Amino acid sequence: MAIRDEDIVSIEAPPLNAMENLYIPEIVKGFGITLRHLATSWNKGKTTRALEYPEERRENIPVEKGGQYAPNFRGVHRLNRDAAGRVKCVACMMCPTICPANCIHITAADSPWDDREKYPKKFEIDELRCIFCGMCEEACPVDAIELTPEYDITGLSRQEMIFDKEKLLSIYDATIEKKPM
Amino acid sequence: MPYTLKPSNAFDIDIETTEYLKDHVDTGDRWVLNFGPQHPATHTTLRLILELDGERVARCTPHIGYLHSGFEKLGEHLDYNQYVTIVSRMNYLSPIANDICWHHAVEKVFGVGLTPRCIVVRTIMAEIARIQDHLLCVGAAALDLGAITGFLYSFNPREKIYDICDFISGQRFHPDWTRVGGAMADLPDEEVFRRMVKDFIHNDLPHALKDLEGLVLRNKIFYDRTVGIGVMTREEAIGWSLSGPLARASGVRRDLRKDEPYLCYADNWDGQGAEAVQFKVPVAEAGDVYARFQVRIEEIRQAVGIIEQLIDRIPGGPMNVFTDSKTTKPPKSEVYGSIEGLIQHFELIMTNRGWEAPIAEGYGANETANGELGYYVVADGSPRAWRVKTRPPSFINYAVVSKMLEGHMLPDVVAVLGSINIVAAELDR
Ligand code: SF4
Ligand code: SF4
Repeated sequence: MAIRDEDIVSIEAPPLNAMENLYIPEIVKGFGITLRHLATSWNKGKTTRALEYPEERRENIPVEKGGQYAPNFRGVHRLNRDAAGRVKCVACMMCPTICPANCIHITAADSPWDDREKYPKKFEIDELRCIFCGMCEEACPVDAIELTPEYDITGLSRQEMIFDKEKLLSIYDATIEKKPM
Repeated sequence: MPYTLKPSNAFDIDIETTEYLKDHVDTGDRWVLNFGPQHPATHTTLRLILELDGERVARCTPHIGYLHSGFEKLGEHLDYNQYVTIVSRMNYLSPIANDICWHHAVEKVFGVGLTPRCIVVRTIMAEIARIQDHLLCVGAAALDLGAITGFLYSFNPREKIYDICDFISGQRFHPDWTRVGGAMADLPDEEVFRRMVKDFIHNDLPHALKDLEGLVLRNKIFYDRTVGIGVMTREEAIGWSLSGPLARASGVRRDLRKDEPYLCYADNWDGQGAEAVQFKVPVAEAGDVYARFQVRIEEIRQAVGIIEQLIDRIPGGPMNVFTDSKTTKPPKSEVYGSIEGLIQHFELIMTNRGWEAPIAEGYGANETANGELGYYVVADGSPRAWRVKTRPPSFINYAVVSKMLEGHMLPDVVAVLGSINIVAAELDR
């Protein structure tokens, strides 16, 4: 289907007019724009886009003003606990299967509890390999793994950034208020 | 394996006897300048070998491969949903457009139709991505030509776009937002989404465009450095199979949104006779660097028009196609509540079951900001594609760089590179 004539806007480069050709008035005009920006962004005016992190954080800003939308945000993982405080995961292996970065490593074992057959003896997520796509959360059939609004994770070594089960459970304890299950 | 075509002998190039390369050694008293791979004006890792005659570029040989990361090959190892995380990283100026294009191709091969709600939201996001890409391209070109302020002012509204992506998907930069037959999640809050998009197109964008126009486009230095540089005629543009703003700036009337309409650009997109969105395609005749920027700026304006037509008309209903089409995961309530839901959830994820993919192949392309982005998908019935070929606009547009540059001055190199807006991650895949 060819594009019809009435759907075309023809564009030409209009030659510069005398004022624009002189260049000096244009410099002044250009400076005008820059000065307007300076004036409107002075002292956190309305054109400022910078956030003075870490004093200011996106969590504390309303969503429409550019803040973080916590229920949706894809930050560091956590492993949820059930009502009895045990790890909720049933070691079904869905999340390592769906993970595009292959960064979840689970060793399953027979569960010590009666209400399920398996539980994860070892549960490791390599946070450096992870691309925070959120597919593990989508795949989990029991809502055991979730991404939290936390994003400022640091570590001094690669080993430290491989989060094990205890670490992931402790993230749950730390973030359960921010993002209820 | 369904793929049986073989390349014909006609395309067998013998590298040893190719004229182009023989000539390359014989530089005479020209001298050779390596431009890149690490150079601020190449934006990413590109390398141009420039043979200079004084300050004139006598010949330019573009080299590629410095950012080769195996993205395309990964398409054979990740399933149709997982691969969206990789295509997102190809053109990182407008990642969500890649997501939409990839799943457009997959859905075409699978024969999956989308729900009206998904079509509208995808169209809105595709246009937002177009704005995102064009803003950076025009701003970065200004930066290369020495006007860093224009770059900063065009970057400001992009922050809002990141916020919108963050809101709907959970990540600012790489939304990985689409899934086969829908999106990863419905809009968290339609009202908020609408207000954010409107705030962006009515408050932030017009200011940025005015600033850009005042600072960059009507600036004599910028004007003199871009008009008449890197000219491609209409025949050449067609001959080198350029697409997108490059082709349209040379007078080629081609826009996939009109030529092969998809999403809301097609008539009857909701199955009930809805009209296609109205917009005009900017076409310039000059074919130079300046015309490309003008086309891009006009495309931003048209994109705003498209968003305005759609943003108040997001239809209700589900985001994903119905679950009995066996391609989308059922909603979580069904997974927990019904045995069918649970079974289907498992079937879709486990490697040995998974997709009921057809044995078919097909090509789906979208008009993204840089040109025609397409994916050729060969599906062999397994959960993964047998082969995915990307048709990246950057790759094909980069091929023409030597032609555009020959005979120009050395400082024009950055102007031409900026106007093509090459993204090396997409170029090298
Ligand atoms: S967020 Fe994505 S990459 Fe990270 S562990 Fe989950 S599935 Fe894997
Ligand atoms: S998908 Fe959920 S239940 Fe299954 S192994 Fe992963 S965290 Fe555990």
